[in-house]
Amino acid sequence: MAAKRVDPAANAAAFIDQDDIHEPAHDRNLWAARMKRDAAAKAIPEWEDLRTIASLIKEHTLTHLDKYLEQFEANAIKRGAKVYWARDAAEHNQHVWNILNERKISSIIKSKSMLQEECGMTQFLETRGITVTESDLGERIQQLDNQPPSHIVMPAIHKTAADIAQIFSKAIGTDPNNTDPHYLNEAMRQDARKRFLEAGAGMTGANFAIAETGTFVVCTNEGNADIGAAVPRVHIASIGIEKILPKVEDLGVFIRLLSRSALGTLATQYTSHFSGPRKGGELHIIITDNGRSKRLGMDDFWHSLKCIRCGACMNTCPVYRRSGGLSYGATYSGPIGIILDPTFDESKYSELPYHSTLCGSCTEVCPVKIDISDQILRWRKVMAEKKFLPISRRLAFSAAGKIFERPNLFHGAETAASAALKITPHFLLYNRALNPWGRHRELPHFAKQTFREWFIQNKQQNQEDKQQP
Amino acid sequence: MNPREQIFDAVRNHLPAEKIDYPQIPVFQKTITELLPAFEERLLDAGATFFLPKDLREAQFLLEQQFGEASVICSATPDIKGNRDIRQVKNPHELADVDVGVIRARFGVAENGMVWLTEEDLVVNALGFLSQHLVILLKPTELVADMYDAYVKVSLEDTAYGCFMMGPSATADIGAVLVHGAQGARSLSVYLV
Ligand code: SF4
Repeated sequence: MAAKRVDPAANAAAFIDQDDIHEPAHDRNLWAARMKRDAAAKAIPEWEDLRTIASLIKEHTLTHLDKYLEQFEANAIKRGAKVYWARDAAEHNQHVWNILNERKISSIIKSKSMLQEECGMTQFLETRGITVTESDLGERIQQLDNQPPSHIVMPAIHKTAADIAQIFSKAIGTDPNNTDPHYLNEAMRQDARKRFLEAGAGMTGANFAIAETGTFVVCTNEGNADIGAAVPRVHIASIGIEKILPKVEDLGVFIRLLSRSALGTLATQYTSHFSGPRKGGELHIIITDNGRSKRLGMDDFWHSLKCIRCGACMNTCPVYRRSGGLSYGATYSGPIGIILDPTFDESKYSELPYHSTLCGSCTEVCPVKIDISDQILRWRKVMAEKKFLPISRRLAFSAAGKIFERPNLFHGAETAASAALKITPHFLLYNRALNPWGRHRELPHFAKQTFREWFIQNKQQNQEDKQQP
Repeated sequence: MNPREQIFDAVRNHLPAEKIDYPQIPVFQKTITELLPAFEERLLDAGATFFLPKDLREAQFLLEQQFGEASVICSATPDIKGNRDIRQVKNPHELADVDVGVIRARFGVAENGMVWLTEEDLVVNALGFLSQHLVILLKPTELVADMYDAYVKVSLEDTAYGCFMMGPSATADIGAVLVHGAQGARSLSVYLV
């Protein structure tokens, strides 16, 4: 049965229309993260070189992925980890279930893992009687509200403190009128503590996996992954095949980029390196494909596998900031979501490529130089070729959409209307009769270049990158 | 074919035709010249505090001053005395009531205020995460400039667990307001001694 098509524009309209609080706060908070990212980037003279190097390391690894996967596996086993392979979500979840079931474990504590999210693991385990507790505060908020995360780094960023006070009052008996983040955090800390101590296993994802040593790295600000790994006897880590880096020294580049890009901080508070089980513990690593090898074979889209899940493209995206992540109706939202989600289900996510102004800002901030807005454009072509009929709500984007479906047209359109870039936001923002996007908004922040300029420069840049030794 | 072989097959069949070489990572010009002051500043940015006791005796005294109310102090370093012997701990759960954990770090990173702790330094990993407050001892000479130098020093071959800790536990998940003490330590004090 085909899944119902997601209509991101309609969902976004609902997010904007709910009141005068949520969407402006969302926009403001994400833009603040983007500004902090800019300041952090500017403070490093070699920032642009780092992006290029990171991109090349990822491209090198992905074009030699079989070799590095073998190396990682061999070293992880040597260090005492048990390694499992999962072709898809079902196999991944089955491995987790088998590990838990064999050990009669009935409750687990997990930190954030987009891969586990992709696999629908929590629901799978819950229907088998396992109690699953999210330990990241944002993820826990979303879990208690029966929603998926809306942002890959800030899962509950679309909610206000008042929303969270309501959720916590129902779930853990806090005062519904007390919206002080310190108070709410403390209440959840106390509640989570018990769960950490009761859990039979701790689950984590991984930000990076190092072939050379069989190590994987987990970055958090709360230390929740570390408690999950240090307290229960069993640690299970889910790792996508694209997380591999060849060497330990690569981390010097990637750790410098990751949190600066994500939140504008110098690093996450905890950058933890797991090489084999801890003293007295067990370590299980589930290396999972779930569509990644197929993506690797897509000439136009395999670069999306370089993604380090920093969320910078979401924070900067004028459409994402105003839509809220749940509008995308998918595991991944924002610009990265637009280029990943259709690889899971083209029909269901056929509208996502139109949920963009193609302003190019995502490509500019991406720490691994993924050509995100190029890929969005190419997905539009795919959708147009496959004749996915537009949902009527796309009206708001349709003029721009037509232009971008035929890339050879947009140079002319751009000159004629002094940049196609500007057409789209006007459509989006000022035509209130058509849509709610125009409410009390100033123009969002756009790339200084026009799309065309960026497009050309980016092409040159890519060629230069490739010439580098 | 088992799933492992099928994944390798799928990867090999889908490898992009063009192979990209591993890039040269140049030695970047160091921007930090005075490591200690930079490290101290970054500690404060990360929400940590630091102290400069003259010697270990003074450090012990400082600890008692700073955490006079604490009922359980567990030290993983012979340099500081607590009242819970970590070498007797059989199960991490026994550390659930620790008020202050004391650990000696291997080195610090001036670029961001991180300290490097391994399983050997923590003795029981959970000490670094179940303790309400942390005191980290660090020789002020044991500093590197940045993450490039830091990763030369970590030697992941020798430890099952290593953590760069940058200040106390933090979150901004509620209304984008920064709060310390999300799940891990509420505070982190570095004693430069
Ligand atoms: S696509 Fe780039 S900017 Fe977006 S999350 Fe991935 S790495 Fe970050």
